Amino acid sequence: MQLHINGTVHDVDVDPETPLLWVLRDVIGLTGTKYGCGIAQCGACTVHVDGYAMRSCQLAVGDVEGKITTIEGLGNPAALHAVQEAWIENQVAQCGYCQSGQIMQAASLLSENPDPSDEDINDAMYGNLCRCGTYPRIRKAVKDAAKKLAEA
Amino acid sequence: MSKLGTITRRSFLIGSAAIAGGVAFGWRWYNFYGENPMLEDLPEGDAALTPYVLITAEGITLITPRMDMGQGAYSVQAALIAEELDVDLAKVTVDPGKPAPIYYNTALSSESVPFPSTDRGTAANALRSIMDGAMKAMGMQITGGSTTVADQFEKLRYAGAVARETLKQAAAQKTGTAAADLKTADGKVILPDGSTLSYEELAPLAAKTKLVAEVTLRDPSKWRYLGKPMQRIDIVAKSTGTQSYGIDMRLDGMLHATVKRNPNLGEGLKSYDASEAEKIRGVQKVVPITDGVGVVASNTWAAFKGAEAVTFEWEKPAYPQSQEGHWQALSDSFNDDHLDSRDLDKGDVEAATQDNPLTAEYRAPYLAHAPLEPLNATVLVTAERIDVWAGTQVPRFVENQVAKVTGYPVEKIHVHVQMAGGSFGHRLETDQVVQAAETAMHFKGTPVKTTYSREEDFAQEFARQIAMARMKGKASGGKVEAFDLSIAMPSVIASQMGRQGLNLPGPDRIIPAGAWDQPYAIPNYRMSAYRAPQLAPVSSWRSVGASTNAFFHEGFLDELIHAAGADPMEERLRLIWHDESRKVLEAVAEMSGWGGKLPAGTGRGVAFSLSFGTPVAEVVQVADTPDGIRIEKVWVAAETGPVVDPVNFENLVQGGVIWGLGHAMNCELTIADGVYEQSNFDSYQAMRISQCPEITVKGLENSDRVRGIGEPPVPPAAPALANAIFAATGKRLREMPFNKFVDFA
Repeated sequence: MQLHINGTVHDVDVDPETPLLWVLRDVIGLTGTKYGCGIAQCGACTVHVDGYAMRSCQLAVGDVEGKITTIEGLGNPAALHAVQEAWIENQVAQCGYCQSGQIMQAASLLSENPDPSDEDINDAMYGNLCRCGTYPRIRKAVKDAAKKLAEA
Repeated sequence: MSKLGTITRRSFLIGSAAIAGGVAFGWRWYNFYGENPMLEDLPEGDAALTPYVLITAEGITLITPRMDMGQGAYSVQAALIAEELDVDLAKVTVDPGKPAPIYYNTALSSESVPFPSTDRGTAANALRSIMDGAMKAMGMQITGGSTTVADQFEKLRYAGAVARETLKQAAAQKTGTAAADLKTADGKVILPDGSTLSYEELAPLAAKTKLVAEVTLRDPSKWRYLGKPMQRIDIVAKSTGTQSYGIDMRLDGMLHATVKRNPNLGEGLKSYDASEAEKIRGVQKVVPITDGVGVVASNTWAAFKGAEAVTFEWEKPAYPQSQEGHWQALSDSFNDDHLDSRDLDKGDVEAATQDNPLTAEYRAPYLAHAPLEPLNATVLVTAERIDVWAGTQVPRFVENQVAKVTGYPVEKIHVHVQMAGGSFGHRLETDQVVQAAETAMHFKGTPVKTTYSREEDFAQEFARQIAMARMKGKASGGKVEAFDLSIAMPSVIASQMGRQGLNLPGPDRIIPAGAWDQPYAIPNYRMSAYRAPQLAPVSSWRSVGASTNAFFHEGFLDELIHAAGADPMEERLRLIWHDESRKVLEAVAEMSGWGGKLPAGTGRGVAFSLSFGTPVAEVVQVADTPDGIRIEKVWVAAETGPVVDPVNFENLVQGGVIWGLGHAMNCELTIADGVYEQSNFDSYQAMRISQCPEITVKGLENSDRVRGIGEPPVPPAAPALANAIFAATGKRLREMPFNKFVDFA
């Protein structure tokens, strides 16, 4: 089957029931998307499908239609997305393991709601667990990213 | 033998009379155990200037032997070296290096003596230095106990200074200029005429130069990195998905595996049937390992599915099969047969509490570490050697354990420490690496990455200790007069060290930790530590003994203060005798505006805890809303001595508070039919962003003694919350998690 990931078409030969997460990580080698729980409770595996945040651990690869963007496709160290810039400026990460998912979720939130309130941020980011407790910085970084996007 | 090998450690160490701000610290290096591991196979022309600095024609590498699990250890270690070496952190490579005895951690032993951390007297320090000697002799390379900075604050700066002065010596030799006339900056030696020699070009000569032993550390007023906000070296990678963790290892031809082991912990496997599992597309083989199986497949998901399809008949556990049985075992331990230590016994508690004392029983459950990166390890077994890639806090224990299970000699085991996605103490355990090695032994020549499913991660937890406390006390005349605290828990040290084949004689200092050594001048004050039988395996969980004991101590102290009719802050301030500790309470009172008027239904609680030598005070403010208790704000003041990186300091304190609050509110592991009932983040809800309060942090820096901050913010969080809920609602919470008794918004 064919997958459109970060602007590239990949031909993969796997059981169509395999979650997209494991195709990204083990078959294609895009390891920025993380495994944390496998049951859509932590958000570490969040990717965009046609711009919307989805939990890739719950998407059977055979059912995926649409263009997939992973953290590697959102931006990169040489060409950062505004959300990534805000994450770096606020030094959000501790262990960093959840942050790919947090950033993908935040980017999706801001594309739908360019000026989120605290309540909007809580609602949108609720499903993204951070065990290190970086939430205060995540809140600040989402707001800073909103400003950056508004000014862009 | 390389030329560097001819430079003995003694020439580098003995006679060293290095002076740091007027204080000799060379003793640390004089009693040096073990060699610089980089000298073993160092190519000609490369310079390993101390065990911490490697310079080759290609560049400069700083060795940071404490592993990074999110606490920013690589950044802070690199900054400590760079501060003296004069290199730009953005232009160097940072590497955890090869595990070696020389990277021993002595700060870890300071909590293991029966003297409180406030005792800096001769006897206390003498015993600490004996314990330090043991840590050196054993080459204990361990990351933990909030010691990374405390242990290495001088060591790493000294290494940077020795390397810098040695490079200057090489430049002096090369140019005929006196070393005293040379300067250094940005990885270069600068000659009086302004021309420069890069460290890289000096490396071959420096490699043949005797290390300069006498160096003076720079005055803090000259620091460029330390004490100022730094950009973590991993922050860009961690914001772009380009940071590689242990779980992200990819090697040519690598297979993906998982394990499934007896969830009745510590027990064996009677039989299993893998015939269905081996029919699953992608599954290659199911292999027996200790107490379970390894399932090897072409991708991780196939391995997970395979593991689910294996049927097992397990042995039953030695510990009680119901949760009630575990509480009962604790309840039965409050007697002389189980008394492990009683190092606090002031005044006459019995006499003071004879007449109508206040009494209570408190409980704290088993908890999971559940770092977001599930446990994993990648292992390649060949005829000659075994390579292991894993995020581990104890790389040398891993070497020993892998040697033991594979039969390979320990010098053939090569551990490559990986960045870890959290740990909270979990990666002090080595079982996951042993199981990965057992699995990979069936695939010699092929690398195998073993990843735990989240469910297996929960099922195989080495939990935070379960604990129970009984207390009685007396308040009269508006004052706390007597506090008698008894705590029972299984021994974390016996459980954890037992798995490494080690035992620590004498009492377990974890049982009374954070309860016996609090600097309160209560006239009648006793703390008894009871060692319960070993139940489920337990391990170090962020702040260890203090994680349960501060809740017991500060919760009941609050009850006594309430009974006295005193103010919780004022009475603590009256009782506290230790100056640094009093100041954190005063600071948090000022930050929070303690005593000010609050809206109806709002309450504040305060708690103090001295753990790992670091006093921390926290005030929590809650509101009783129609949706439940909402935590609105938290203020934290801590005393660690000099704060090495203010940004990381704030982040770690906030994270510690969230860790403490989230678990106190929402989390427990309970046992039914011998296994943990919670299996994933649906049944083990830590704090999510919507429950996160605003957290204001202050590091006071009144002391010149450097202490850690990874764990100390955790212990006061739970009691401060319980005390705040009492203030807001009148409801006293004596058992965690609190959501069994109140709803949270």
